[in-house]
Amino acid sequence: MNGIDWADLWSQVFNFSDYGDLIVLLQNSIIAGAVLGIVGGLIGVFVMSRDMAFAVHGISELSFAGASAGLLFGVGVVEGSLIGSIVAALIIGFLGAKSRDRNSIIAVLMPFGLGLGILCLALYPGRSANKFGLLTGQIVAVDDPRLNSLIAISIVVVVGLLVIWRPLTFASVDADVAAARGVSVQTLSIVFMLLLGLAVAVSVQVVGSLLVLSILVTPAAAALRVSSSPIVVPLLSMLFAVLSLVGGIMLALGGSVPISPYVTTISFAIYVVCRIIAASRARRGISGRQALV
Amino acid sequence: MKIFGAKSARAASEAAPSPRNAPRHVVLRVRGGALQFGERRLWHDLDFDVRAGEFVAVLGANGSGKSSLLKVILGQQQLSAGTMTFEGSPVTRGNRRIGYIPQQKLADEGAPLRGRDLVALGVDGHRFGLPLPRAARRREVDELLASVGASEYANVAVSTLSGGEQQRLRVGQSLAGDPTLLLCDEPLLSLDLAHQRAVSELIDTHRRQRDLGVLFVTHDINPVLDMVDRVLYLAGGSFRIGTPDEVLRSEVLSELYGSPVDVIRTRGRVIVVGVPDASHGHDGHHHHDDDPVVSDPGSAAPSGGPRS
Repeated sequence: MNGIDWADLWSQVFNFSDYGDLIVLLQNSIIAGAVLGIVGGLIGVFVMSRDMAFAVHGISELSFAGASAGLLFGVGVVEGSLIGSIVAALIIGFLGAKSRDRNSIIAVLMPFGLGLGILCLALYPGRSANKFGLLTGQIVAVDDPRLNSLIAISIVVVVGLLVIWRPLTFASVDADVAAARGVSVQTLSIVFMLLLGLAVAVSVQVVGSLLVLSILVTPAAAALRVSSSPIVVPLLSMLFAVLSLVGGIMLALGGSVPISPYVTTISFAIYVVCRIIAASRARRGISGRQALV
Repeated sequence: MKIFGAKSARAASEAAPSPRNAPRHVVLRVRGGALQFGERRLWHDLDFDVRAGEFVAVLGANGSGKSSLLKVILGQQQLSAGTMTFEGSPVTRGNRRIGYIPQQKLADEGAPLRGRDLVALGVDGHRFGLPLPRAARRREVDELLASVGASEYANVAVSTLSGGEQQRLRVGQSLAGDPTLLLCDEPLLSLDLAHQRAVSELIDTHRRQRDLGVLFVTHDINPVLDMVDRVLYLAGGSFRIGTPDEVLRSEVLSELYGSPVDVIRTRGRVIVVGVPDASHGHDGHHHHDDDPVVSDPGSAAPSGGPRS
């Protein structure tokens, strides 16, 4: 008999035997997923309003290069990916004030970073599973020190965002008027890039550099389909990101497949549902306009 | 959409507390102002005042430094020489008593922003922290929305609004903080004629009600011709200021440009023909560098075209 054994495939993808024991074992991963969801969902709103989805991808490739170099030279994956993404974020922040410049800089940086990362991995003598994990995620690998560093960096990002929330919104949606009103648009932009670099670095460690967009962009994009309230959108975006990550981890527990397909699939499914809701609202002519009183 | 008619604007002026002919206090004062980028001198020895309640249109060829003048007033650009005071003190960055209305740009779809949020940014967008809902803030935003006739689409995503609706919101946004001076940088650009009319009349109504000084940069004076008190015309490094009848004359503009220019008045419109192409340099600005020079876009006579 040739072809795929469907029952075997199913048990590879979904397997819930000894689920209770596994949950305890992977408690760290679930906490990491929830924290990451909050960070990604929150910063994703600004990624969308500043039109920086491509920048996120570029930063994550350099973060991958940094992580690979960290692995090769024994500096540590976390440290390496942090350095990689902050360097990338600052380069993009300083050189790419205009979106046209920014896109070309990212397009130049991205393959270079990816190539550098692949070089470092090729030279690394260790297990190949670790290497693959940097690209596609490795949820099992969250030990206590790593979880602590992830939570610490996440707190920096979230608190940073909450402090600059209002002027950053102003500068993102209405830069000319914000500048006229005394908002330091350039400074905010660099601070935002630093926070984005941190957020990408923590995400890369869990979901892998190829799939960072599913955490930092897709949930916010989905939320923007169903609301334009500046309060509802960030809340929904965080909810979607947490659902994708925690849900993905829970589903991935038993299977032998990497975690990322679960996360990206849930995240994508939420986006599709939001688009359908938006389309059906548009068909019914719901726009939020009210009669002039 | 509610369109403010000329009658309601006039009625508002009669209701204003002080008569139009009484001398008003000076909001903005420029003395010996000069602006130079390297070798290129945009203007020099600029002297003018903007008084409370006065509508001053700023005209001039591309690259004559109209937008740069606004940047100086906003404290984003330093004068090369001379002084500029706002309400008696030197201009500073981020003064809350100066409102700013830029040209209409299509709002991005990627931002969670409703009409009321755009206006609210004018109220407290410069402060740190979260935009927490407060009753006082909500009331202020509601009042501003109502004052520009935008209550109807307060909760609609800005990206789905028309250009005219977006500019209405911008007028509301600029009025937050109770400004005494309103700077408008081509606010009518890319609007159709009806919206040009509606938005300029809205600005006019508020300057009469609130006694606002208005500095209105435009490449086309016609939509605001009957509202303008004075015209500041920048060209050839120099300037003229006066009523539209004093400045928009063939001999005045010919002298200013140093070459023959015809000003044609027809059916209540002003058309300037024969303006030399001054756009070899630029303002130091990205926008409206390639706009037609003071002319009526609807007219048959192209600016800079052959003179009749």
